[in-house]
Amino acid sequence: MSGEGRSLPEKALELRGHIITMNCHAGSGHPGGSLSAVEVVTYLFNEEMNFSPGNLDDPARDRFVLSKGHACPVLYAALAQKGFFGTEEFKMLRHVGGMLQGHPDRLKTPGVEFNSGSLGQGFSFALGCALGGKRAGRGFRVYVLLGDGELNEGQVWEGMMFGAHYRLDNLVAVVDYNKYQSDDLCSNVTALEPLAEKFTAFGWHTMEIDGHSFQEIGDAFKEARTVKGRPSVIIAHTVKGKGISFMENNPVWHGSLAPQGEERVRALRECGLEDIG
Amino acid sequence: MTTMREAFGEALIELARTRDDFVVLDADVAGGTGTAVFRDAFPDRFIQCAIAEQNMMSVAAGLSTTGVVPIVTCYAVFASMRAVEQARNSIAYPEFNVKVIASHLGLDVGPDGPTHQAIEDIAIYRAIPNFRVVAPADPFELKKALPVILDTEGPVYMRTGRSPIPYVFDRDVEFELGRGKVLREGMDMTIIAVGVMVHRALEAAEILEGEGVSARVVNMSTIKPIDRELIAESASRTGALVTAEDHNVIGGLGGAVSEVVTSTVPVPVECVGIRDRFAESGDPNDLAEKYGLTAEAICAAAKRVLERKAAVSAGG
Repeated sequence: MSGEGRSLPEKALELRGHIITMNCHAGSGHPGGSLSAVEVVTYLFNEEMNFSPGNLDDPARDRFVLSKGHACPVLYAALAQKGFFGTEEFKMLRHVGGMLQGHPDRLKTPGVEFNSGSLGQGFSFALGCALGGKRAGRGFRVYVLLGDGELNEGQVWEGMMFGAHYRLDNLVAVVDYNKYQSDDLCSNVTALEPLAEKFTAFGWHTMEIDGHSFQEIGDAFKEARTVKGRPSVIIAHTVKGKGISFMENNPVWHGSLAPQGEERVRALRECGLEDIG
Repeated sequence: MTTMREAFGEALIELARTRDDFVVLDADVAGGTGTAVFRDAFPDRFIQCAIAEQNMMSVAAGLSTTGVVPIVTCYAVFASMRAVEQARNSIAYPEFNVKVIASHLGLDVGPDGPTHQAIEDIAIYRAIPNFRVVAPADPFELKKALPVILDTEGPVYMRTGRSPIPYVFDRDVEFELGRGKVLREGMDMTIIAVGVMVHRALEAAEILEGEGVSARVVNMSTIKPIDRELIAESASRTGALVTAEDHNVIGGLGGAVSEVVTSTVPVPVECVGIRDRFAESGDPNDLAEKYGLTAEAICAAAKRVLERKAAVSAGG
């Protein structure tokens, strides 16, 4: 299941299949915000990060923190694809005794760094990792994925000041800007915009990309490596539910549910799968 | 007399001279928590986190993965309420090796008033799985407790203090996490006290002796995990307990002791503490007087509990 030798789009399609599969096994979960982050996560795990089952205990390895913890199916899919555990674990997502919790648990799931799910905390945790890495003279980089709704949390903006103050150029934050949060469009909930200007004003190197374009994702991570003296943030414009036609931009699929009947067949087919196995 | 926060700052400096495995995080209150002297002595090991306690708690969790033990310091109101959800989800649940050490506790805070008088922190922290809760009784015990909690893997919450406090121990005092200590033997009843109330409990035992009551005094400086054996043994030996704490009577030491007593040796328990209300600004000793945290208040509770004990015996 290492996925070696396949193209990034092929690996991304497999992640989508994994997400829908475990979503169906669980009967709940957050498919919309998992699917929107697939390309960013695929790129990070395959091209950007020095992180694999073989170097899990290496203090110098890179770290990925899923601060939008409810999107853990995309993390579990990527970890399974990298060989941290087998896809048979998908059957137990959100079930008693399973290693895959409804939100990530670092003590239960190999490859998970942090018990995220309470929004804003993964971001601050990542800042602590980045500061600790600098203090210890370890060259690792820290990648943290935030949701757009997550940016409502005051803790994120405390962290934005902290990251700039400590000049954490070994950290890259990515905002999965799929425009929808739990109940509604982000723009109907609070004044997130102007977002790029906010990050810039907080002292972060700010980039905006199409979060489904591997070319733009790659360019942004390469640019972040050249930035010195301040952290970088990538605003990745994405589509909630990306890749499953009836889920795209439909806020219903943010929440805790799984496709049933005909929708289930259709979702799996769009990922190239016949059944959940 | 010195203050617990001064003792904390000194203890940090003494420890830092012999071990390089910890860092101190502060939320722009180094003057208040006593860490300013550490900041000046070891600036490279002091991490200013600004007035942003929630970020500080989660940052500490991240730092703990990079080979250091973070000591988060701030006022107890913020450690136990403003940022407690971060302490729970970023530190306790993932079991990171972070120590949270808070000053500004109960009426010992004094003139800053109720916004800064934490009277709930013991109840809150002891309800969080994986957190241990410690509250030393004097500067010497605090200095002995600090290296022990640093050497104890996992989350620990410790109370220090703000106002001058008399010494209860000498500098050779031993601290063992999870163990209470009998400071004075007695047969008629036991006073179990914590923090600033320990010296008042000893004073109360002295007064009681003059009135013909023999009171055992226990310093319960670890509130979680609590010393069940010592509580049960005290209950069985003396038949009546009084708890004393600078904290709400709900959920703190009194709650913890009562939970043990009801499931081991059920005896009458009276709880001395703040009676579920917000206090006010004032000198800590005046506040202790007004809100019932004095040696005299402990004596009054002792008499109540002895009456109940007698009634139980008569009824039995």
